Parts: sequence; structure tokens; C-alpha cells
Amino acid sequence: MLRLPRFEYAAPHSVTQAVAYLRDGAGEAVLVAGGTDLYPNMKRGLVEPRLLIGLSAIPELKGLTQGASGELVIGACATLSEVARDARVRAGYRALALAAHSVSTPTLRNMGTLGGNLCLDTRCNYFNQSYQWRQSIGFCMKKDGDICLVAPSSPRCWAISSCDTAPALIALGASARLAGPRGERVIPVESLYRDDGIDYLTKQADEILVQIVVPPRPDWCSTYWKLRRRGSFDFPILGVAAALQSDSNGFVREARIVLGAVAAHPLTLPDAAELLVGKALSEEVIAGAAELAYRVAKPADNSDLTLGYRKRMVRVYLERALRELAALDRDSALRDETGAA
Amino acid sequence: MKHLITLRVNRQTYELALAANKTLLEVLREDLELSGTKHGCELGECGACTVLIDGNPFLSCLTLPIELQGKEITTVEGVAADAEPHALQTAFAELGASQCGYCTPGMMLAAKALLERNPRPNREEIKDALAGNICRCTGYLKIIEAVELAARRISEPPA
Ligand SMILES: Cc1cc2nc3c(=O)[nH]c(=O)nc-3n(C[C@H](O)[C@H](O)[C@H](O)COP(=O)(O)OP(=O)(O)OC[C@H]3O[C@@H](n4cnc5c(N)ncnc54)[C@H](O)[C@@H]3O)c2cc1C
Ligand code: SF4
Ligand code: FES
Ligand code: FES
Repeated sequence: MLRLPRFEYAAPHSVTQAVAYLRDGAGEAVLVAGGTDLYPNMKRGLVEPRLLIGLSAIPELKGLTQGASGELVIGACATLSEVARDARVRAGYRALALAAHSVSTPTLRNMGTLGGNLCLDTRCNYFNQSYQWRQSIGFCMKKDGDICLVAPSSPRCWAISSCDTAPALIALGASARLAGPRGERVIPVESLYRDDGIDYLTKQADEILVQIVVPPRPDWCSTYWKLRRRGSFDFPILGVAAALQSDSNGFVREARIVLGAVAAHPLTLPDAAELLVGKALSEEVIAGAAELAYRVAKPADNSDLTLGYRKRMVRVYLERALRELAALDRDSALRDETGAA
Repeated sequence: MKHLITLRVNRQTYELALAANKTLLEVLREDLELSGTKHGCELGECGACTVLIDGNPFLSCLTLPIELQGKEITTVEGVAADAEPHALQTAFAELGASQCGYCTPGMMLAAKALLERNPRPNREEIKDALAGNICRCTGYLKIIEAVELAARRISEPPA
């Protein structure tokens, strides 16, 4: 049996109580929502908390609600299954519905939460391994060692941001509400991330992600494309989220393009998006934006499949995503694959 | 430190004193001697340890019993009603949907959850519902056919 190391467990019933536990835990306490990222990492000795603070008994963190100005408020502990099958998400935020539905497996989506997905630890072929594996090859600086095995002369870690929902939420202009001992603050989801494989979140250690707020997007359309080896189970080796607002003649007014799994943080591409503005999505315009994205994306050699292929697929997947949006009116034309669940 | 925990498994109540780090998989197999639930990867990557929690498939290798008080847990031992096998069990046996049998408990529970939510699933819906369970023997086709047969028998019982 691959067992979890020993820890103490606290189950607060409110965010205030959870923040107090986190503050008192002084760096030795870790939050757990669905545990689908944390427990495998703990079993491999990658995280060693003295205290686990379970968030599953906090009513404030659950469910999805419509806010007063039409925004969608998603509790950090809403499960990915709930998010993917929610009628409002499916009708108005197609990229999010597709991204949430593409995570791992149906069983893991019943357990994993949206908040846990956004705070997912970065991943690397040299990191997500057993203790014995890492020991035999030599530890790296993300855990137990002091060099990077992907880029040995590099002073930093290049572990990959591998969550599917962050690119979609950033493309949709969502924000994150954080609660801590100094009160609450709301930041764009994009600002939650830092370009560092180790210290990958800007969230303070004593802050909890409580809500994700997605603004109303009535005349936008959006999509999410994910590259991976198998159609299930696998983390993304590339994620492409695109969202557009067009006028009645099909000219793009505003656009957002965000790549996942090519860097230590979700990579927003303002230049590629800007190229679309004021134009109709012709093959030529699409190819121009895809070329720009291809040039900017610099994945490292620490994930599945080869580096060159993953980089080439940035162009292909962005083209596919934009072609799909060019043929779509609104988010209402939701593809079937978010279906069942 | 041990926690006193009350668990409901297959319609029975158990009182247990458990360390917080024991997973549901360990408790089922080691404390309750319900070894029908299989341990495969123990990292969320295979589905062999699937059980139902309030009717929904969950991975017991990544679930803590301490979070399950008041919930109804169903393992493969609880699928049959008394001496009568469940339609899925008969169909799996008749069609050879179980070879080495290691994936079978997890497959069966994922399929049971599907049929309870959607009694007449089409093939795509079956594939989607079983997409978290790996089988190294059957090539999946016989499993899908067994779920279809069970679905037919449940919704159109023989006269
Ligand atoms: C086999 C397998 C395949 C997977 N495939 C994918 C995939 O394709 N795409 C993908 O994106 N993910 C994948 N995952 C990872 C994971 O299942 C999901 O990302 C899931 O959404 C994580 O949510 P959770 O609630 O289980 O997080 P947890 O494991 O509970 O937490 C993850 C991290 O977030 C922190 N955290 C959780 N909630 C909060 C909060 N409210 N505030 C602050 N910090 C918090 C925790 O401390 C921890 O560091 C996979 C996992 C497995 C085991
Ligand atoms: S990128 Fe380098 S430092 Fe970071 S986890 Fe991989 S090997 Fe370790
Ligand atoms: S043993 Fe739980 S998923 Fe493999
Ligand atoms: S029957 Fe052997 S793994 Fe499925």
C-alpha cells in the first residue's frame, strides 16, 4: 500500500475558522479541498504538512449562484462535475464548461474542486515521481534538491502550470476572491499566478480562495482546446482558451487568448488577441494570430510528448479554436462533449 | 491521534477509531475486511478502487473516511440485493466482461451509478461514464456490451 504520511486533521465550519487554523498552523498547515492533487503529492513525499485543514464542511464555499449584476459566483469548493454540468456555465461560459469537463476523469471530477484546480501544484516529469525515483536520479530544487534537472544551469524552476480551468477563466475575465487574516481582496484570476515553478501563486500562505466570479458575457463566444495523449486521465500538455466579442457584422471588438501548460503560469497573449480586433476572422487573420502564439510559446522539455511537437501544436490548436469561434454565433452552440456527466 | 468515526457501508453502520491519514481504501480492505475494492495505483490513475458515495463514483484511494460521516458508501459487496446478483453482475459474467477481474468492482460501480442516473444510456454515454476506469484485459468492448445488456434487462424485465 502507498500510504499517506501522518498528519493531524481539522474540519472548520466557516472561512473565518479556516483562516484562523491556517494562521496558527504557521507554515506547517495545508488546505485540502478534493485532495485529488494534494494526496497523490503527499503519497510521493512532495508535500509534508503537519496539519491538514479540510474545506469540505464549509457551506460558504459550496455551489454556484447568480450575483446581483448578472455575474456568476462559483464557490471554491464547487466540484468540477457541478461546474461542467451547470446550465448557466454551459449556456454562457462555454470555454469554462469545456475546460472543467476535460479535467482528468468523471470520477475525479466528482471529487476535485474548481478552487483546487486553480491552486493546482505545477508539474514536471522530474517532480511528479516517487521518493525513490527522485532520490535515484538526484533531487531537484522544487523538492529536496538544489538544481533544476530540466535546465541544469537555470537558477529557477520551470515546472508547468497544468490546470485546465485557469486559461478558460482568464479568457472570460474572471476574478478570484481571497480571504485572509487581513480581510478579503478580489484580484483578476490572471494575477493569482507568478512565473515561477515553485512559488507559483501570488496568494499569501495564510489566504484562502473563497470564490471565483465570472462577469456576464452575453455577446461573447468562447472555447477551450486541450492536447493530451489519451482522451481521459491525462493532464493537458497544451491548453488553448479563446474568447471573443464581435459586432453584428462579425468584426471582432474584443478578444482574449490564453495558453495553458506551456509555462509555469497560464500565458496570456495580448498581442495575438489584439491582431484580431477590428477584423472578421478570415483564414488569414487566424493564421497571423496563430503564428504569433507559436513564436511566443516556449514550452520546456519536462512533460509528455516531444518539445518540438508541443510547440508546433500551439499554432494548430489556436487555429482550430479560432476557426471554431468564427463559425459560432454565441456560446449557446455548446459542443456535445460536455454532455452526459 | 485517533478519531472516532461512524461509517455507513453497504447499509451497515461501523464505529471505528482511525488515524486521520488512513484512506477509505485502507479502511475498507484492512479494518472492515471488505477486500472486493481493489488497490491499483493508489494515486488516482486507474479507477480500480472506485466506490459509490451517496450514489456517485469516488476513488477510495484518495478519500479520507473522516470526511464521510453521514454519507452512504457502497462497495462491490453491496451491489447485489441479498442472494440475487445485480443485472450488471449477471451481464458481466455472461458476456465475459470480466477476465482477470481486477478492474471489475470499479467498473461495475461506475456503471451502476450511470444506470441509476440514466437507465437507457447510449454507447457514448457509457464510454464517458467509464472513462475513469482502466481495464488491461478486455479491450472494453465486452464491458460496454455488458452495461448495455444490463440496461436493457433493467428497463425491460422479462415477462
Ligand atoms: C490521474 C489524475 C489526472 C488529473 N488530470 C487533470 C487534468 O487533466 N487537468 C487538471 O487541471 N487537473 C488534473 N488533475 C488534478 C486535480 O484532480 C484537479 O486539478 C482538481 O481540480 C484539484 O482539485 P482538488 O479540490 O482535488 O484540489 P486539492 O488536491 O484539494 O488541492 C490542490 C491544491 O490547492 C490548494 N487548495 C485547494 N483548495 C483551496 C482553496 N479554496 N484556497 C486555497 N488553496 C486551495 C491545496 O492546498 C493544494 O495545494 C488530475 C489528477 C489526477 C490524480
Ligand atoms: S523544472 Fe527543474 S526544478 Fe522544476 S520540478 Fe522540474 S526539474 Fe525540478
Ligand atoms: S487505486 Fe485508486 S485510482 Fe488507482
Ligand atoms: S478484466 Fe483484467 S483489468 Fe479488466
